[in-house]
Amino acid sequence: MRLTCTVNGDRHEVDDVWEGESLLYVLRERMGLPGSKNACEQGECGSCTVYLDGVPVCACLVAAGQAQGREVGTVEGLAGPGELHPVQEAFLEAGAVQCGFCTPGLLVATDDLVRRSRAEGRRPADAEIREALAGNLCRCTGYEKILDAVRLAADRMAGEAR
Amino acid sequence: MRPFTYLSAPDVTTALRAIATEPGARLLAGGTNLVDLMRQDVERPTTVVDISTLPLDEVQELPAGGLRIGALVRNSRLAAHPAVRSRYPVLSQAVLSGASGQLRNMATVGGNLLQRTRCPYFADGTAACNKRDPGSGCAAIGGFHRGSAVLGTSEHCIATHPSDMAVALVALDAVVEVQSLRGTRRIPLAELHVLPGDTPDVETALDPDELVTAVELPALPVAASSRYRKVRDRASFAFALVSVAAAMEVADGTVTAARLALGGVAARPWRAHLAERALVGAPATEEDFRRAATAELATAVGRPQNAFKIELARRTVVATLHQLTTEGGAA
Ligand SMILES: Cc1cc2nc3c(=O)[nH]c(=O)nc-3n(C[C@H](O)[C@H](O)[C@H](O)COP(=O)(O)OP(=O)(O)OC[C@H]3O[C@@H](n4cnc5c(N)ncnc54)[C@H](O)[C@@H]3O)c2cc1C
Ligand code: SF4
Ligand code: FES
Ligand code: FES
Repeated sequence: MRLTCTVNGDRHEVDDVWEGESLLYVLRERMGLPGSKNACEQGECGSCTVYLDGVPVCACLVAAGQAQGREVGTVEGLAGPGELHPVQEAFLEAGAVQCGFCTPGLLVATDDLVRRSRAEGRRPADAEIREALAGNLCRCTGYEKILDAVRLAADRMAGEAR
Repeated sequence: MRPFTYLSAPDVTTALRAIATEPGARLLAGGTNLVDLMRQDVERPTTVVDISTLPLDEVQELPAGGLRIGALVRNSRLAAHPAVRSRYPVLSQAVLSGASGQLRNMATVGGNLLQRTRCPYFADGTAACNKRDPGSGCAAIGGFHRGSAVLGTSEHCIATHPSDMAVALVALDAVVEVQSLRGTRRIPLAELHVLPGDTPDVETALDPDELVTAVELPALPVAASSRYRKVRDRASFAFALVSVAAAMEVADGTVTAARLALGGVAARPWRAHLAERALVGAPATEEDFRRAATAELATAVGRPQNAFKIELARRTVVATLHQLTTEGGAA
């Protein structure tokens, strides 16, 4: 099939896509966007988290055919070229990145959480952060620094325009 | 993954025609279960009929006071829906207790109901499994079965039905609306999943040409005071060892209405009619709750690794009902 979808605001057209390959494969292998990571391919780890029509999903379980005509957002699209998004800055500053394999998925999931709570005019509570990031596994950090990073990002983003 | 033909269904009739004419066709909704199982070579469809863009994604009020939930409503939207949260909190809680945020954003109501078991041998092509490969045996009996069922099992299969959402729905007297080219019919959710018996490969009362279009919830005042409690190996993102969906009304210390269902312990979402009968009219005390749970679990069959679930289920029923009497329901 010819897959047409919007990725990070740009329209992409890719030929010879097999409908059964994953959106994750298409992004990484066909569109040159290797930010989203492939670890479990079973929906268990969240390292492949991307936005699909504005909500985070596991790209490893989205069949390419299902992405037709839809809007995809990946970690590469969080900030402009050469820039860092406040969530990315917070992860760096808090020391929430070790091997980095889980990081792209966590950044997207955190961005979603912070945006949702900001839209309700509040910061996410710790229990809420834990629950929102339950689908993102990290083997290195022990999560404490990740929680610090999410709190920091929520503080920084609280002041921004919605 | 094996090659297949992909069809994105533009309307319900196209989807129905495809599954009626093509024996190897499978419906694809959120894909979180089907894509996973295709990758593991357990599901081998020759045609995949993508129904994810069909207009079956609305939650509507029913004239008689209930809700009609389209089969393609995403799990996260269902859990957040104001009418569900206020009138059927147990359903919202059950959905939120399952999977992760990313998966709930993809998963649909129909797919959640029809997800396959998480018995590890079912997904392992090298293991004996009557459900995957009829007649090959059951590796769980005599193998790893800590997560297996204690109610409704047979000597051919002891797998649990993994859905949390379905446990809440069965407690709420939900009805499933099903469509095929032959027409539309309604099946009580309690009859949608069938017990394994000697054909564990047959899991539902659906015919191969049928599509689930909606789930209907009746108006059910008792459901406003309801809770879902899930016991698992870690605090989040794990399937249930035991779960309880409960709704109860108490007046002057006596139970006047009760709805109870169990998850994680049974071959299908388990409506606990025996316990309900014991509860209604009895005092709302922990002793009576325990007696009711014991009545339901009388036929439970435990095996070396999973016998603990029987007592755990009893305690979880008591704790959930006790919480309902002291704190009421909550969304
Ligand atoms: C890592 C992980 C953890 C999970 N944890 C939990 C958990 O804790 N609790 C829980 O309850 N679930 C859990 N799940 C399961 C998840 O809830 C299901 O995978 C999901 O609900 C399936 O919905 P779907 O729309 O993606 O289904 P799909 O994968 O699209 O379909 C599943 C099945 O249903 C059939 N189907 C789909 N829609 C229809 C329809 N309308 N009519 C007829 N047939 C249909 C398909 O043909 C297929 O056989 C977990 C899943 C994963 C991957
Ligand atoms: S319990 Fe059922 S699903 Fe598991 S191995 Fe036995 S037959 Fe297969
Ligand atoms: S690679 Fe998609 S969830 Fe692990
Ligand atoms: S930093 Fe290594 S997996 Fe999270």
